[in-house]
Order: sequence, then structure tokens, then C-alpha cells
Amino acid sequence: MWTPEPEVWQAIWLTVQLSAIVTLILLIAGTPIAWWLSRTNSAWKAPIAAVVALPLVLPPTVLGFYLLIAMGPEGPVGRVTQTLGLGQLPFTFPGLVIASVFYSLPFMVQPLQNAFEAMGRRPLEVAATLRASPMDAFFTVAVPMALPGFLTACVMTFAHTVGEFGVVLMIGGNLAGETRVASVQIYDYVEAMQYPQAHGLAAIMVAFSFIVLLLLQIWRPVTRKGA
Amino acid sequence: MNFDRIKQITLGLLLSISFYANATELKVAVAANFAQTMKEIATVFEKDTGHKLALTQGSTGKLYAQISQGAPFEVFLSADDETPEKLITEGKAIAGTRFTYAIGRLALWSPKPDLIDEGGQVLKTDKFRYVAIANARVAPYGRAAVQVMQKLGVLSSIEPRVVQGESITQTFQFVSTGNAQLGFVALSQINENGKLKSGSAWIVPENMHEQLRQDAVLLNPGKDSAAASALLSFLKSEKAKKIIASYGYQF
Repeated sequence: MWTPEPEVWQAIWLTVQLSAIVTLILLIAGTPIAWWLSRTNSAWKAPIAAVVALPLVLPPTVLGFYLLIAMGPEGPVGRVTQTLGLGQLPFTFPGLVIASVFYSLPFMVQPLQNAFEAMGRRPLEVAATLRASPMDAFFTVAVPMALPGFLTACVMTFAHTVGEFGVVLMIGGNLAGETRVASVQIYDYVEAMQYPQAHGLAAIMVAFSFIVLLLLQIWRPVTRKGA
Repeated sequence: MNFDRIKQITLGLLLSISFYANATELKVAVAANFAQTMKEIATVFEKDTGHKLALTQGSTGKLYAQISQGAPFEVFLSADDETPEKLITEGKAIAGTRFTYAIGRLALWSPKPDLIDEGGQVLKTDKFRYVAIANARVAPYGRAAVQVMQKLGVLSSIEPRVVQGESITQTFQFVSTGNAQLGFVALSQINENGKLKSGSAWIVPENMHEQLRQDAVLLNPGKDSAAASALLSFLKSEKAKKIIASYGYQF
């Protein structure tokens, strides 16, 4: 029987923290982007939507490579963080958070945008005739109507960040308790031929992913009825 | 699109896949530290013999895992001597074909011109935020780096500042992009024709770590391959040794 080592729990806890923080940040940053994309007729809509979707098709190595260069001491982001006294970001937990925000962006924005588009303009127009301010209407009408969309977006963002590997491998530097998340820990075990440990942690990941997707399937019919 | 058309296309795709799979390329697994050197050797070897090589690089640990799970490599150039021996014991490689093709050297390197001193005393200072090494669990050069830091008596104090690349290639990349200010890399990565390509370096004396004896071995899929035995004897030739030495390896 496999008994997890402390490093396994450390990796899992780190992964949960990373995914939770990234989901929270994207909920706050992604909602206005999704709202704007669902309402605008601007010529910028298509290019912005394409940029948001980029991480879906780019290999994580591309993102990891650019982040490593950009966040390095000579890179544009690295210069800013050093001037601000934040130091450099690669090999740190905040660095992983920033990388994951980019990486998981479409998983937050796209479900939200779909939910906002599905509700149409009518509910908000009605709210406006009842003298609700746009802000007021957004929080009291749009958010409750799009709630299933928010749920899907948060679950997908969280799960996708849990499954992140390539970007972390490229900018993480494999520091225990700082950047060694569960997926990297598994890779480490496999490389070191510690298959029982790899099996144990991999099984946890499979179970987690299955449960997440199962829950999403169960929730989905509610989404349709609600929309 | 009708069903027959789909069948035709599928068949076409399958045929083209098998065409590539059957191409007579010799598949060689190369330890990351030797990849650059091997590329140069491959060019000469291909010109001399007409055989084609397909090189795959990675950390020795990863390549070992792939080989033991049946990866179709025919020749393995390891970064140590234990892994090829282990493959022979496990019946995955052919006994009697193992030999040392190079002895590697470890170097502490920084792209900055003045950072590294002779003796690596910089490791006892705060002049760096991170020092990069190869993953000590799977890469011989990473293990050697840990031994050197132990010898210098700095391992426990700088451990939180040690970042690990998954192979010596990624370690080099961490340092060359400046994200780690210095790192333990293979001399072959920073050396060209006996000279340091850039920055500053300390070539670690060999008595500070286990010797990086790098062995090659013939793997089971290469048993009857003329190209494989040609490559193994080519690696022992003066022509190859000259290239290998030019990257800072010894014999």
C-alpha cells in the first residue's frame, strides 16, 4: 500500500493554493473582459478575443519560454518588478501565479462570455427602464442569470490550473514548497523511476479530474434550463 | 464526404506513417550534456558512412525510463556508467558493448564576466539570488554539483537558492537567460575549441566529485544493425575523439 510522503502533501497543497489564487484573480480580472466581449461591437472585439484564446492553442513551452525571457532580469517584466523592489519572478510562487493567470485566462473568459451572450440584451434593458444603474443591473440581474456560467468558469479555471505542467516546468525551477506542484512532482517521480510514488499521486490527479468533469456534467442541464 | 473517401484518406495517412517509421535512420538516445557535441559528430559520421542518425536528447534518467519501457533506441550515450550497466543487467542492452566515450567536466558558470572566481568562493556570498543545477535525482551532472557544494560546505546554507533544471540543458538555459545568476553546467556547453564562449567560469577540479564517466552501449533494437556498430566504432576513432576533446571532454 502506498503511503504518501510529506513532499506529496506539500505538492498537493501548493497546487490547491495556486489554483485557488489564480481562480480568484481571474474571476475579478476575467469578468469585465468577458462582459466587454459579450456586449461590444468594437473593431477590437475579434483581436482581443483571439488573444484571450491564444493559450488554448499555443504549446505551453511557448508561453513558458516567453515568460522566462520577459520575467528574467533583462526582460521588460523583470525590469519593472526589480525596480519596484519585488525581485525577479521565475522560480517563485508569485511567478507561477502570474504565468497561470495567462495560461488559464480563456477557461475563465470564454464560459463567462457565452453565459453573458446567452442572456441577450433584453434583461438589462428592462432593468435600465426600471432605473437600475448599469453597475446595479450587472450585479442584480446579469450575475444571478449567469451564475451557472460563473460556476463552470471557476471550476474549469481551477481544474486547468491544477493540470498545468509545461509552463511550470519551464519557469518553476523545481523548488519544494515554492514551485514543485503536483504535476511536476509526478514528472520527477517518473524520471527518478519511483513508479509507486508516481502511481499514487497520478491516481489522485485522475480521480480529482474525473470528479470535477462529472460534477460539471451534472450541473450542465441546470445551465440549459436556467438560460 | 462519403465513407469511401474517408477510408482512402485514412489509408493514405497510415501508409505515410509507416513510411516514416521504416526510414532507415539509426535512433540514438543522447545525454543532454553531450547533445551539442554529438550533433557535430553526427554530421561527420553521416558524411563518412552514409548512415543517417536521429538524435534524441534528454536527461539520463528520463532516457533510461524510456528505454526500459521499450523505446526503440538502438544506441544509448549516457551521462554516467551506471545506467548503461543497469540496462545490461536488465537485459535491455547488449553485454560487452559498453565503453567510455568521454569523461565529462563540471563547471560553475555565469554569463557575467567577473562573477565567478577560481575556487567557487562566490557560492559563499550574496552576489547571486539563484544557483542552477541539473536535477540531482536523475542527472549525473546534478549529483556532481551537489557533491561539490557539499565539499565547499555551502550546500545547507544555499539550498533554498538552488533551482533545478530537468536536464543540464534546462540548467544552462536558466543561467543563460539570467534568471539564475550562476549554475553548474557541463563544460561542453560553455566551451568551444578549448575556450570559454562567454562570461566567467570555474572548471571544477575532478577530485571534488565522482568522476563523470560517460558510457555508450548498444541497445537490444540495434543488435543486428550495421549502422549501430559503425557508430560505436566511429565514437572510438581519432576523428570523433578530436571533436569530443574540443568540447572539453577527456578520455
